[in-house]
Parts: sequence; C-alpha cells; structure tokens
Amino acid sequence: MKWDVIFQPENLALYGQGILTTLHLLMASLAIGAVLALGFALALTSRWRVLRAVVGAYTYVVRGTPLLIQVYLIYYGLGQLEWIQARWDDIWPWTYFKEPFFCALLAFSLNTAAYTAEMLAGAIRETNAGEIEAAQAYGMGSVAILWRIVLPSAMRRTLPAYSNEVVMMLQSTSLASAVPSMLDVTSAASRVYSKFYLPFEAFLFAAGIYLVATFALVGIFRLAERHFLAYLGPHKT
Amino acid sequence: MNAYYFSILQGSLMTVAVALASLAVAVLFGLLGAAARLSPNRLAVAAGTVYTTVIRGIPDLVLMLLVFYGGTMGLNYLVTAMGSKASVDINPFVAGVLTLGFIYGAYMTETFRGAILAIPRGQSEAALAFGMGRAQTFLRIIAPQMVRYALPGFTNNWLVLIKSTALVSLIGLQEMTYLSKQASAATRSPFAFFLFTAALFLVFTSASLWVLRKANDHYSLGTRRAQLH
Repeated sequence: MKWDVIFQPENLALYGQGILTTLHLLMASLAIGAVLALGFALALTSRWRVLRAVVGAYTYVVRGTPLLIQVYLIYYGLGQLEWIQARWDDIWPWTYFKEPFFCALLAFSLNTAAYTAEMLAGAIRETNAGEIEAAQAYGMGSVAILWRIVLPSAMRRTLPAYSNEVVMMLQSTSLASAVPSMLDVTSAASRVYSKFYLPFEAFLFAAGIYLVATFALVGIFRLAERHFLAYLGPHKT
Repeated sequence: MNAYYFSILQGSLMTVAVALASLAVAVLFGLLGAAARLSPNRLAVAAGTVYTTVIRGIPDLVLMLLVFYGGTMGLNYLVTAMGSKASVDINPFVAGVLTLGFIYGAYMTETFRGAILAIPRGQSEAALAFGMGRAQTFLRIIAPQMVRYALPGFTNNWLVLIKSTALVSLIGLQEMTYLSKQASAATRSPFAFFLFTAALFLVFTSASLWVLRKANDHYSLGTRRAQLH
C-alpha cells in the first residue's frame, strides 16, 4: 500500500475539492428537495383527487426508476430536445441546462423530493384526529390548523425517516461522478486511481470520507431528534 | 433505430440476471449476518454490527469500483506472484453481483434480525423441547414464520437492489443502462432511449411490488388485523 501518494498535496487538494462539491450538491439538493416535498406532500394529502393522482404518479415513477437513469435523462436527454437547444444559448433559465452541476442538482432534487414527499404525506395522514378536533374546537380555520398543528407535528414525526433519506442522498451524490467534468469525492478517487493505478488506496480513502460524513449526519440527526421529539418520550419528573 | 430498442430489451435480461444473482448472495450474507448479530458470541455480534454499519455508510458505487479495480489488481498481483505471466480481468458481472450482494446483505441482515426477534421465544423453546436440533428448529419453525415478518423489509431492499443494478453499467457490464447509453451515443437521440430504459425499470419494480404483495397476503393468512377507522 502506498498511502503517501494519497497524502501528496495535489491529491489531497483533489479530494478536498471533491468534498466541497459533494457537500454543495447534498445541501442544495436537500434544500430544494425539501421545499418541493412540502408542496408535493400537501398535494398528496389534498382533497382534489386529480392533484393526488398526478403527484402520486410522479412519486411512483421517480421511486420506481434508478437515479442514474434520471441523471442521464436530464443531462444527456434534455440537451437533445430541439426546444431546449434553441434556448440554452441565451434564454434564461434554459442556459443552466448546459451545466453539468445544474443537471446533477436538478436530478437529485427531484429525486429526493419524491421520497421525502411520501414520508411527509404519510405523517400528515397519521396525525392524531384528536389534535385536529381540538384545533377546530378552538375555532382555527383549516389553513391555521395546517400550519400550526398538522405540519409542525408531522415534520417532527418524519425526522427519523428523513435522517435515513439524508444518508441515502449523501451516498447518491456519488452518481455525480457519472456526469463528465464533475469533481465530487468519487470522481476525485477515480482520477487518483487512473493517474497512479492505486485502486485500494484511492477508493478506500473515498470510502473513509463518506463514512465520516455519514456518522456526522447520523450524529446531527440524533441530536435533532432528541430536541424535537423530546415531547414524545417519557416525561421526566 | 428499432435494433437499438431490441438490444436494450435483450439487456434487460442481463439486468434481471444481475439482480437475481445479487439477491441470492444478499440473502446468504443477510442470514449469516443475522445469525452473527443474534449469536451469544460477543465477537460475532461485533463483526455483524461493524458489517452493517460500515457498508451502509459507503456509497454502492465506491464499493463497486473498489471491488472491480482493486480485485483486478489484487488477482493480477497474486497470479504474478505464482509465477504466471497471464493477466486476469475480473468479469464485471461477477464483480457487480458480489458487490451488490455484499451491500444488500447488510440491509438484509437488519431485516432478518428484526424478523427473527419478532417470533415469540416460546416457538423455538417448544421446538427444542420436542427434541428438534438447531437446524431443524430453524428450517421448520423459525424460517416459515420469519417470511411474514421479513417480507415488508425484503420488498424494500429488493426494489432498491433492482435500481442499483444500473450502477453495474459503470464498470462495463452490458445491461440495459449501458446499452441505452451506447445507443444514445450512436444515434444522438438519448431522450427516447433513456425513457425506454426507465420504463423497463418501472415495469420490473411494479411487477415485483405486485408479486411480493401477493406473497405477503399468502404468508399473512390467518393473521388477524384490527381496523382503526
């Protein structure tokens, strides 16, 4: 094993850049995905059957196909359509479709939004009927009930499942390496591998980075759960 | 044009083959892992725990590249050390199946462990009292009841596993993702080919859901369900 090659400054810099890209992709896709997921979850639990069916079909298709195909569809597929080609040179926002980072980010966001929406919708549906009835008895309107009673409680109860989704998303960002010219942690490892022909060192180092990031995320969510879900545990006297 | 669609369709057989072979390996690792985590031996428990935690913290793709490129180099090193001048290439199918099996074995470990824990202790105690051996107890008493508790988790793992087979295209196995990418490059019309492949994946996941739901109904026969509303 030649670990000293990995620790040469230029290779460490490569991994460092990879970590930044991976974190950037993760944070941005989670943020966009969460906003979309809130909208989708409200649609999934709404009274309008058509809206439920449309968003339900969306989450079903996204959750039933590989993320890699979704990345390819957006990065290679959309660029082929003449309608987009006619616009992506100068018309905003289509200019973004030329950028690999944007395409990966779009695919990841749309993907995590579908999974998160289903979790949140499940929690909304399982809201204790008594909580809603109590709010109605206080004279709250349906919007107030949604914002002040249903969503705060449903979001808290989604937290344990959401922490799994965040960890899965971290792993999924490695698919960015399938898009040419992206430099995330996995692509950094691939470059070091092909330059020095050191597969074990290059990929084990990347695996270590992901492992540390996973443990950090799990730790953060454990703290968050302790804080936000404290009211569900046994009471201290 | 049609020839490309046909080759992708043929590639779907490879996808199914990789998925089923990986599933077999995963079930094997899952049973071993569950046995380790539930054994009275502390070392076995620790090994099982390290296996499930570490595997679930590393992306599938990184592990696959590690096994594929690392394995190729390791094997060549071994062959050279034995005095041969031949160079060995690892088959992407074997590397993919072993990696996916090893990874999803970690997820199966958790599923199987939960299922075994869900069976009342009295069941295996009664079997032992009847004079059954440990293997017999597992095969006749535990395994049939485990299926019901394990099916929901198993269904989830299987769905994620099928979708992960797309990654094997990145180490060069000619399954449908690989073939659709090739078709896209050759014809410059990627959209239709990727959409077609996505549709095929959707067919596989939908069919799996249907079959496993039927299996779930079958193995839940005779269980009472209470209705809340």
